Amino acid sequence: MTRPGFALPRPGPAPGGEDTEPVVPEPLADDATVDLTAERAGSGVGEILDALESDLVGLQPVKTRVREIAALLLVDRVRSRFGLSAGPPSLHMCFTGHPGTGKTTVALRMAELLHRLGYLRRGHVVSVTRDDLVGQYVGHTAPKTRDAINRAMGGVLFIDEAYYLYRAGNERDYGQETIEILLQYMENHRADLVVIMAGYADRMEAFFASNPGMSSRIAHHLEFPDYSLDELVAIGELMLREQRYRLSAAAEAVFRDYLARRMTQPRFANARSVRNALERARLRHANRLVAADGTLAKDDLMRLEPADFLASRVFGS
Amino acid sequence: MRITQGTFSYLPELTDEEITSQLGYALGQGWALSVEFTDDPHPRNNYWDMWGLPMFDLLDAAGVLHEINACRQAYPDRYIRVCAYDSRRGRQTIALSFLVNRPAAEPGFRLGRQEGADRRVRYAIHPYALDRPAGTRYGQS
Repeated sequence: MTRPGFALPRPGPAPGGEDTEPVVPEPLADDATVDLTAERAGSGVGEILDALESDLVGLQPVKTRVREIAALLLVDRVRSRFGLSAGPPSLHMCFTGHPGTGKTTVALRMAELLHRLGYLRRGHVVSVTRDDLVGQYVGHTAPKTRDAINRAMGGVLFIDEAYYLYRAGNERDYGQETIEILLQYMENHRADLVVIMAGYADRMEAFFASNPGMSSRIAHHLEFPDYSLDELVAIGELMLREQRYRLSAAAEAVFRDYLARRMTQPRFANARSVRNALERARLRHANRLVAADGTLAKDDLMRLEPADFLASRVFGS
Repeated sequence: MRITQGTFSYLPELTDEEITSQLGYALGQGWALSVEFTDDPHPRNNYWDMWGLPMFDLLDAAGVLHEINACRQAYPDRYIRVCAYDSRRGRQTIALSFLVNRPAAEPGFRLGRQEGADRRVRYAIHPYALDRPAGTRYGQS
């Protein structure tokens, strides 16, 4: 292939010489030891796990599983130093849970975690829904799906409400084609791509029932539990702290009462409902200050009062 | 005759790792990559067939390498090149293009001479491969 006279002279030894072999680090000796603590500190994974612990309230089963995955990847890294390669583990995941339980947030954290551990090269998240994957006419779906997958290479492909990909009862739906392409990439590009699917538990169940191949290729099924009242209050306080607000002592009790009432109502969306409630409280807070029309201290601008919550229609009944 | 077109063509064939790092460089520059193939190796042939659409908004080279491999599998005996398009205003042109696949046997070019008035000679090069119909120029496919 490289005929003399047709190649530019290259500095260094001739191609095909002994020195062009790729440099493989020598595997450690059988009796060598590795400091796992140093390895862990070097990867910076501890910070992410700590951030996960402090920023996300509740979600114990999810946190446990994330820790397990982190531990597995860390041990795999150390194993590879001894030449004990086991191939990249399958890390495709499925997040199920009710609305507002933090599926998207955890997916973002997961991408960063996998990146720090060296499993993903970039650690970005490409978030897609059915519209981004499924085409509208014959021959449209495959390029569209491949385009989305290629954009996610080296990172995480996050498919929100994945069950919409498959429409039972419509044989001519192009969703099936998307699922087949996805399966192929999930199997062949394990080292390049992590697919995370998210959706509500019952509908994901139906989705997997009609696509058994998909279910078996996803190693980790994570169930996001609903938040308890205490956890919701903690989430609310965390959100307020981030937005530089605080509750007055009286408002704390009212806020708790508000959440307890809101939980029993239809269309309750966990943390998302908490955020919406706080958004509305901010509106009323601003309105109250404008109506009062006096001089304001810094504390007045930060403090939410019971009146800001009591005006809600939740207290109407 | 080994055809030398595009960047790196005087170097030994790039390995997949080398191609990946070149693609990574192109993506780092913000260039959009595309894969093209042809069986007409004339240097003035600008119109290669596109393998899919150009790939925009990529971050990682793995996706492009997958397309290259898919193209190699479909057309093992054609020339395949990767083009990196720089879309910046004022540039808007191919910034980098290199071959990633070539047929096993390359017959080369014939130099034709045409004598005109006043013993003037016009030269033309003609790829031997073009003597056969499209699709059968390099082996079967």
